[in-house]
This record gives sequence, structure tokens and C-alpha cells, in this order.
Amino acid sequence: MIVKVNKLDFYYGKFQALIDVNLEAKKNEITALIGPSGCGKSTFLRCLNRMNDLIEGTRTTGEIFVEGENILDPNTDLVKLRKKVGMVFQRPNPFPLSVFENIAFGPRVHHLAKGKELEEIVRQSLEAVLLWDKLKDQLSRNALTLSLEAQQRLCIARLIAVKPDILLMDEPCSALDPVSTQRVEELMQILKQDYSILIVTHNMQQAARVSGFTGFFLLGKLIEFDITGRIFTAPRDRRTEDYITGRYG
Amino acid sequence: MKNLFEFIVEKAIFLSGAASIIFVVLIFIFLLKEGLALFGEVNFFAFLFGQNWYPISDPPQFGILPLIMGSVFVTFGAIVIAVPLGLAAAIYISEVAPHSIRGFLKSGIELLAAIPSIVLGFIGIIFLAPLLKNIFHLGSGLTALAGSIMLAFMALPTIVSIIEDAIVSVPRSYKEGALALGATHWQAIYRVTIPAAASGILAAVMLGIGRVVGETMAVLMITGNAAIMPTSLLQPVRTLTATVAAEMGEAVSGSSHYYSLFAIGIVLFIISFIINIFADIFLHRSKAMKRRKK
Repeated sequence: MIVKVNKLDFYYGKFQALIDVNLEAKKNEITALIGPSGCGKSTFLRCLNRMNDLIEGTRTTGEIFVEGENILDPNTDLVKLRKKVGMVFQRPNPFPLSVFENIAFGPRVHHLAKGKELEEIVRQSLEAVLLWDKLKDQLSRNALTLSLEAQQRLCIARLIAVKPDILLMDEPCSALDPVSTQRVEELMQILKQDYSILIVTHNMQQAARVSGFTGFFLLGKLIEFDITGRIFTAPRDRRTEDYITGRYG
Repeated sequence: MKNLFEFIVEKAIFLSGAASIIFVVLIFIFLLKEGLALFGEVNFFAFLFGQNWYPISDPPQFGILPLIMGSVFVTFGAIVIAVPLGLAAAIYISEVAPHSIRGFLKSGIELLAAIPSIVLGFIGIIFLAPLLKNIFHLGSGLTALAGSIMLAFMALPTIVSIIEDAIVSVPRSYKEGALALGATHWQAIYRVTIPAAASGILAAVMLGIGRVVGETMAVLMITGNAAIMPTSLLQPVRTLTATVAAEMGEAVSGSSHYYSLFAIGIVLFIISFIINIFADIFLHRSKAMKRRKK
């Protein structure tokens, strides 16, 4: 188990957004988190790299083990944690810099490489997201001028450049058209050989297509967590069944 | 009846709006009319690039290059001082300061803009000039540097508030992306936020320059007023604005001297016009980014 969550409670001020969440995610597997809007799935994802720390007035209790270490420990080194647990956002958010600088950003802040070595990392990272052939002659192009799909791939490449172990994806395809979505999903299948992926998605079909395990969130609780095939064919909980059959959500 | 009222209000607003443009045009025409009269007697290039400003000698010489260089030296010094300070202050206010003191700091800096320039001139004469004199062992502390320091304080409010605006309008997602990659707060600021705010920062620099170039009273009091070609910031200089202010009272109306001061006015007008255009271009780019945020 690369991620193990025990009795996680999370509060925005007085509002409890996550209630007693327990979950285990496997290494080199894609774990999907589904559920209606506002059910806490993004909040949960953002607990795993402590991005919620940026919001004032939040409180987290419980335990989250990432590779055996409890990251809710106050002594956790956030820089190291976020290097290990990378995040892809809902809207592609490349920096307003060149393609090269976008990918070089991570290696630079972590002092991983410079010069020729850095160029090599940039090449490998772009190759990993299948952008190298398209962009190898345009490394100085402003990343904001790329298509949304290419921007999202670039954001993934930017993570890969710091060699994380876990990729968190918060609705990574919601800004993309169906064809781009399909290509990003194919990319995820390739990436799972080297990384463990947790993906939040609004799109149940996407969860069914890409993931090995699926968790269903409702009103801050993890209602059901199981092998994806079982969640979509034989859910144990009535609420999961109602959701996947489209009775609400 | 109602329509008539609407009509009157509409026209009145239009006229008020048009008035400012009409005034600018009229002022420029007036300046041209008075200033261009000089070039009947004095060669244009001798005026712009002449190294001697002796308007009441016989024969008079109207070379304003020393005055232009005076303005350039004072402005350059002021910007070199004000931009790093302003940038640091803006970063502190927008990114570091706790919410509770943010508003307090902002109004404090805006208060700096409310200090009359003559007061800054006083402080310059009484406090700053003797200080510079002692530090650099000068004959007089009334130098370009003294002017630069005081003007830097005058330009700071403009620079800080525009840079702060630019930083705040950088999309949050850039910073989040940087932090999610394991960048520290400071790395996120200087590697992502500041480059993203670059056009706003340039606009702030431009408007700061505009503020400094046009300032008159304080520089007249503390820069020493010697119309000679400056070679260092530790020399007394005289700026374009100070020249007009100091000599307008004694120039005989209709004389070449009188016209030459208007010609200086034209030069100043053109300089601030160009600076404003650049500031506008940069501000425009910065606003375009703000729109992308949505």
C-alpha cells in the first residue's frame, strides 16, 4: 500500500468536509474517486499533498501514511512531500513561461540538475507524456499558447520531471474535449507502470475505463471502496447503486 | 420632458468627458505656439544637443543637453532606489503580510503620496543634504543624489500600488502549481509570480519615471541647480522642470529666453507622452492576463 488513510476528518472552519475516511491505495495502480459535486473528493485529494494547508481556518485529524510516513505529522517536510506526491489540477495551469522553463521549474527548485542533465530531464519528461515529437523544436514557445490538451500534458510532464511516486489528478480532463480526454486516459495507462495515480473524476465512465479501484464519496463520507469492476456491477451499498445508475448526482 | 432631460444629461456628460481631451490639445497648441517661436533664431539641434545653457549672456546660448542630462541623472537615481524598494514592499503587502496589517500598510504608503513635495524639499535641505555632504565629503550636499533620494520617496506610492495590483492579479493557479511541485513560498514568488506580473511591474516603473520627470519643487530646492553637464550623481544638477520654474519669473516676455522655456515645456510634454504610452501598453498586457484568470 502506497497510501493508507486512517480515520481522516477534515474541517473548513466549523464545517466538516470529510468524515471518518479510511482508504488504501495500491502501488502502480489507478485509484478513482467518484461522487457528486461538493462531496469532499477534491478535498480528500488535496489532503494527500497537504495543499489544504494553504486555506486559512482548516483542521485535519486522523492519519495519512504515504510510503509508511504519517504526513499529518506537524514535522513533515512539505517540500519533500510535494516532490513525492505531485498534483495535476482541474484546469491546466502551466506557468506563463516557455515549455522548457515549465518543466525545468521542478528540477531547479529541488536542485536536481542543470545544464545538459536538465535538458535530458526535459526531454525524458516530454517523451513520457508523448509531447516530445511535437514540441522538441518549440521548447522556447510560451506554454500558454499550447492547446488545452497539450497544456495538461505539459503539467503532467512538469510533475514527472521531479520524479514523484504518486500523481494526484483532480478532474484532469474536465476542461478537455472527448478526443483529448481519450488520449490523456491512454497516457494514464502508460504512466501507471511507473507511478501510483489517484484521480478524482466527475465522469463515472472515466473511472470505469481507467481505474483498478474506485471509491464513492457522498457528503464527506467514503461510502464504498472496492475493485472498480465490483463497484460498477455489484455495489454493496444502496447509495452507490443509486449514484452509478444515475438516480442522482 | 423626460427625453429632453436625458438629452441634456447625455450631452453634459459628453462635454465633460471631451473637455479633458480638448484641454490637452489646447495646452499642446499653446506650448507649440510659444515654444516654436524660438526656432526662428536658434537652430533646433543646437537647442537639443547644445552643451551650454547661458540664456542671458551675450550672445545667449540655449543648449538644453545639460538640463536633459540633469533630469536623466535624477530620474535614473530615483528609479534605481525606488523600484527595488517598491517591489519588495509590494511583495510583502500582497504575499507575506498577515491580512490584519495589509490594509494598514496600504493606506500608510498612500499617505506618502499625500505629503506635499515642498515638505520633502525641506527635509532634503535640512536633513538629507548635510548628511550626504558628510558621508561623501562634498562641498555641498545639494546634488543629483539628494534629488534622487527624495524623488524615490515620491515615486514609491505609485510604484508600490501598481506592482501590488499586478501581483494580486496573477492567477492563483500559478502559485498553487508551483507550491504543488514542492516550491517554497519564496521560490513560487520569484520564479512564477514576479515573471507573471512582469508587464505590470514595467508599467509601474514607467509611471514612476513619469512622476519623477515631472516633479519640480523638491528638485528645485535640493539638486543644487547648476546647469552643467553632470558626470556623477554626486554633482549638483539642474533638471528641465527646475529650469522653467526658476527662470520663468525673470525671463522677459517675448524674448528668446522666454520662448526657450516654452520649448523646454514641449520637450517635457513629449517625454511624458512617450512614457505614458509605454505604461499604457504594459498595463494593457497586465489587464489581459487578469481577464484570462476567469
